[in-house]
Amino acid sequence: MVTFIAILFAGALFAGFIGSLTGLGGGVIIVPLLTIGFGVDIRYAIGTSLISVISTSSGAASSYVKEGILNIRIGMFLEIATTLGAIAGAAIAVFAPTHAISIIFGLVLLYSAIVSFQKRKGELDSENLPEEKPNRMAELLKAKGTYPTADGLKKYTLQHLGGGFTVMSLAGILSGLLGIGSGALKVIAMDSIMKIPFKVSTSTSNFMIGVTAAASAGIYLNRGYIDPVLSMPVMVGVLIGSLIGAKFLIRSRTKSIRIIFAIVITLLAFEMIYNGLAKNI
Amino acid sequence: MTTNTKHWNDARMRNIMGTLLRVGVFSAAFLAVSGGVLFFIQHPKEISDFTTFKGEPAKFRQVHLIVKEAFNLRGRDVIQLGLLLLIATPVARVIFSLIGFLIEKDWIYVAITAIVLIILSVSLFSNYLTF
Repeated sequence: MVTFIAILFAGALFAGFIGSLTGLGGGVIIVPLLTIGFGVDIRYAIGTSLISVISTSSGAASSYVKEGILNIRIGMFLEIATTLGAIAGAAIAVFAPTHAISIIFGLVLLYSAIVSFQKRKGELDSENLPEEKPNRMAELLKAKGTYPTADGLKKYTLQHLGGGFTVMSLAGILSGLLGIGSGALKVIAMDSIMKIPFKVSTSTSNFMIGVTAAASAGIYLNRGYIDPVLSMPVMVGVLIGSLIGAKFLIRSRTKSIRIIFAIVITLLAFEMIYNGLAKNI
Repeated sequence: MTTNTKHWNDARMRNIMGTLLRVGVFSAAFLAVSGGVLFFIQHPKEISDFTTFKGEPAKFRQVHLIVKEAFNLRGRDVIQLGLLLLIATPVARVIFSLIGFLIEKDWIYVAITAIVLIILSVSLFSNYLTF
């Protein structure tokens, strides 16, 4: 049992590091680690994963939030979509054949990995955003901001609010359904759709994941999916890993984060599709 | 609205929020690790089986029971209180944001934050509803 806990802790440490660095959260690694690696029932894995997701997000966000990279207002506004989605996802989890959703999710991730690779050619569009004409809704929601770069403060204004809100709802549903942070989708919603700079997107995503996961974790806790013995080493391991990852993010450059992000989501995409086809999920 | 005041408040809000998250997460981790140590002392030979889903007993599921049982200082009960505290941490962050936006008199964001808080409350107290 001590060995089991120790290996679990090590896996969680790694998951937390990758999760925090990419804005994905540790959940997508924890669920396959527990089910495939340890033969744990998927329902316990989902409950444990949600716990790890909250600790990754909150642990890393406690560093990000002071740096002034993330945007609290945009995050809060979009949390309406993610928390509503999370509750819906947890409710759907009772009825839906989750292996089908897993396949769809895998395909979405795969698509986003391709998009992420393509974007490297036009790296400038994300980093040197022209000051676009602000729309009325964005103005009302004060959905704009600045973030620090090597060349001083850069401005950005949020675009395509409706599309972003819709994808955020989907991110919430998948989070509640699969017990993951859905950080990849949150980053896509902000980075690709709403045209928020990549670093602001990843750190705001991390910030939002905790609240999203808490919305479904309450329901999973009540359903008895969250086991103390299983969750303890995972939670602590993921927490320490995420804090190391957060230190790394501030030092590293956007391009390397994007590459790591693309590789990680490609691997996860295949994993999700495989698990769906094998009806492991 | 003077931008300087707003900026100052936002920076202050960020700092307090960061501390709040840190305290919440580390207290939760401390409780979980303490509970883990207690568990190993109290049940050194126990092997838990997670390969089949049985569902947790009520004392690990219901908020008021988790809080009550933790005072008996049994390992798993203490861990579960830590996990509950962890789930409560993002909720506390939202409550704090609400206070922050109230102080800033940012009414649109007071409303937005209140909506998020209501959604979270519905979820976390879902066991008191028939769900």
